[in-house]
Amino acid sequence: MDFTWKIGGAQGEGIDSAGEIFALTLHRMGYYIYAYRHFMSLIKGGHTNYKVRVSSKQFRHRGDKLDMLVAFDQRSIDENLHELKNGGAVLYNAGAFEPKFPGDVDVVPIGVPMQQIAKDHGSIVMTNMAAMGASAALVGLEPDAFDAFIAERYGKHGAEVVEANRKVVRAGYEAASQVTTWRATLPEIPEENKRKKRVFMHGNDAIALGAVVAGCRVVAAYPITPATDILYSLLKLLPKYGGVVLQAEDEMAACQMAVGCNYAGVRAMTSTSGPGFSLMTETLGLAGVSETPVVIVDVQRAGPSTGMPTKTEQGDAFQAIFSSHGEIQRIVLAPATVEDCFYDIQRAFNLADKYQCPVIVLTDLALGLSKQSVDVDDIDFERISIDRGELLTEEQVKEIAANGGYKRYAITESGISPRALPGQEGGVHIAISYEHTEEGHEDETPFHRVSQTEKRIRKMSTFDPEEFGVRLSGDRKPELLLIGWGSTIGQIDEVRQALAAEGRSVAHLHLSVLYPFPTRAVREAIESAGSVLVVENNAFGQLQQLIQLHVGHYDHMHSCRKFSGEPFNVSEILSRANEVLAESKSVKEVG
Amino acid sequence: MSTVTVKDYRANAQASTWCPGCGDFAVVAAMQRALVNLGLKPHQVVAVTGIGCSGKFNYYLGANAFNSMHGRSLPVAQAIKIANRDLVVIAAGGDGDGYGIGVGHFIHACRRNVDITYVVMDNHIYGLTTGQTSPTSRKGFKTKTTPYGAAEHPIRPLPLALASGCGFVAQGFSGDVKHLQSLFEAAIQHKGFALVNVLSPCVTFNKEQTYDWWRENLVNLDEREDYDPADRSAAYKVVNELNSLVTGIIYREERSDYQDELPNYDPQPLIYQDLSRPIQDRDELLAAFM
Ligand SMILES: Cc1ncc(C[n+]2csc(CCOP(=O)(O)OP(=O)(O)O)c2C)c(N)n1
Ligand code: SF4
Repeated sequence: MDFTWKIGGAQGEGIDSAGEIFALTLHRMGYYIYAYRHFMSLIKGGHTNYKVRVSSKQFRHRGDKLDMLVAFDQRSIDENLHELKNGGAVLYNAGAFEPKFPGDVDVVPIGVPMQQIAKDHGSIVMTNMAAMGASAALVGLEPDAFDAFIAERYGKHGAEVVEANRKVVRAGYEAASQVTTWRATLPEIPEENKRKKRVFMHGNDAIALGAVVAGCRVVAAYPITPATDILYSLLKLLPKYGGVVLQAEDEMAACQMAVGCNYAGVRAMTSTSGPGFSLMTETLGLAGVSETPVVIVDVQRAGPSTGMPTKTEQGDAFQAIFSSHGEIQRIVLAPATVEDCFYDIQRAFNLADKYQCPVIVLTDLALGLSKQSVDVDDIDFERISIDRGELLTEEQVKEIAANGGYKRYAITESGISPRALPGQEGGVHIAISYEHTEEGHEDETPFHRVSQTEKRIRKMSTFDPEEFGVRLSGDRKPELLLIGWGSTIGQIDEVRQALAAEGRSVAHLHLSVLYPFPTRAVREAIESAGSVLVVENNAFGQLQQLIQLHVGHYDHMHSCRKFSGEPFNVSEILSRANEVLAESKSVKEVG
Repeated sequence: MSTVTVKDYRANAQASTWCPGCGDFAVVAAMQRALVNLGLKPHQVVAVTGIGCSGKFNYYLGANAFNSMHGRSLPVAQAIKIANRDLVVIAAGGDGDGYGIGVGHFIHACRRNVDITYVVMDNHIYGLTTGQTSPTSRKGFKTKTTPYGAAEHPIRPLPLALASGCGFVAQGFSGDVKHLQSLFEAAIQHKGFALVNVLSPCVTFNKEQTYDWWRENLVNLDEREDYDPADRSAAYKVVNELNSLVTGIIYREERSDYQDELPNYDPQPLIYQDLSRPIQDRDELLAAFM
């Protein structure tokens, strides 16, 4: 059971802060919230909206439909009316515009002169607060519901500002109460929700928090939507531990800096989105051959090129997996949830240290920027402990030095060469971008080329992507297997449940490691399913192609792709799933 | 305390592949002497290079070395210093590496002012790739890629460094190892980003800027008693008037470095910090998201 609310207007009208206050208030009351921001790559004007899904249990997507729309302008109605349920309400800014609705829609228009109220009781910039007051009345909150937040947010501007905002909220509340009898029904809050401690965070926050827990002390990055929030979060966290947030001159420098810190022994990362990642691919080759750990977060947005900076897409899988000159080992993780972001970034640091290679964490705008309620118990600081891999201590280095000398790229059975750090006596060495000997001396002879390459390949052999990168739910021998990766987990899961409720036999395989590819698990699942639907937020079917590359081509494998820049709706996947089910049935009947 | 000698550096150094007579030999020799004179042992030093003949500087120096990609020595070097400020960090490379492909990093390193030393072996030509024009080649200079003469004006590293906020700007010459050594010592001791541009002949591909040519044209500012390197306008003026044909410390300014400016910066190097602290602070860290 859920309730969905959306506020829309022009960028610069306080839509985001109104949305966030609404979301946080309900979060603190004990609801599970999923908040989705729709915004544009501009500062003033355009259309922006903030959708809040309010429910008694945890959902991992924004929901297809809308119960109530708060519209500051006609454009907000035009762009969002299609989402509104029959009988849903449109609370509009009366006096600012005369709302027009298509003749055949079943909507309850509710006009409240929000702008006028704001002017009368505070100032015009508080129009969003009038909207909040009116919303509170219509969803059955108390007029003082937002008081605490107003103090938190605007306290720094002085008591007068706080008071004015509160007045505007109350006036909005009064006006809405009088003008309509329409009321939303919020779901019940289960008693246990109130006892649970929960945080309200998005994937970017969870990446930042996880990084700090993992011992990351330097982030070097260049601002880019939708990854910049990682920097903002780290700016709140890192200085406490003497850490550094460095805005580099470009992404080439950012990634090289992350490599430099890791070489010196300090865990460091960089965060970016697609275009920035492209500039970092140069450094992937360096990290690969010099065997320097590095963690790179790519919060994907819709490309190519500048593309749609404020829209979501799963378009960088190929770039993350294949980009580099020459051939290097790497690991690509694709967290599916906020909790995954928190754990996977920690795993990324451990894996980078263990395998001395780049680890790429692929999230996307939808996961990166959608704030959600998450149980604190699911953000376990001690689940993953710091493992620095084969990093030598001062004493170990001295011992090695005394017994024949330290070789940075020593050929070992595991393929992993223990790492000394600069500053350790006896461990003086060269880390190098050229092909090299065991000592790190530039060398092009076939013997060293082959033995070093084999070493670099060998070191990855103990990595098992199935250890944490594969989730399988539903039936064992399903009629339909849904496969997805990354942020689409919530919608696919809901589709599986919907189909199961209709009595269909369905399974859901979700991948959060894309490289090295979990071939065995994927093959098993595909071969035990009647038909397969690969669901992804891109146009070219990158996961599907990866499956074809690693597992094979299957006639019973179909695709469901969305590349409009928006996350999936459940209904879109569901109708495609029904198509596939119907098709496979007719094939069976004919056959 | 055991003393350090040049032999300690040579013990780690590789056999050279530079052309006999290459100016870069003098740069390595001067740096080894400077480090020894400052009492620094090889394990306390990291030399970071990009790619070029000069990029092999750190193979022959005999300290710790990180050899990055073409043009990328400075980002790596700054990061190493940020990670472990106990280390003495030297970035080094050629004019193509530093003023061509890596010039963006150079300008930003000047203004960022991380406490490292940057040595550019400026031979006015691309050596490793066998003789193409460089950003410091003079207009009209004939090379394999400019058979009719270079069309562009050269980059002038000294005014560029001054304009970018570099707090230590010096220029040396491979023909004078002793002077070079003193410049390196001053640069390493300088707190903040220090540039030493070294006019370092490529005997194989540049037949114009030879040892003799430089000797005839260079003026040593360190020998001029009336020259005050603390005076920024004087620095601009002399570099302009003498068309950058100067050696010595051109400009030096005492100021706080990048790490001093960081909020809550702990003078203890990051590398030694206790990584378990966030786990102890769990409740407080989570409270920020409630
Ligand atoms: C990204 C990239 N582009 C081009 C090259 C080829 N390359 C290697 S060194 C070099 C220029 C060398 O000139 P300089 O930096 O002045 O150093 P020198 O060899 O003269 O010491 C070039 C173009 C490369 N290694 N990497
Ligand atoms: S080509 Fe020029 S720069 Fe390179 S080693 Fe020979 S002399 Fe030195």
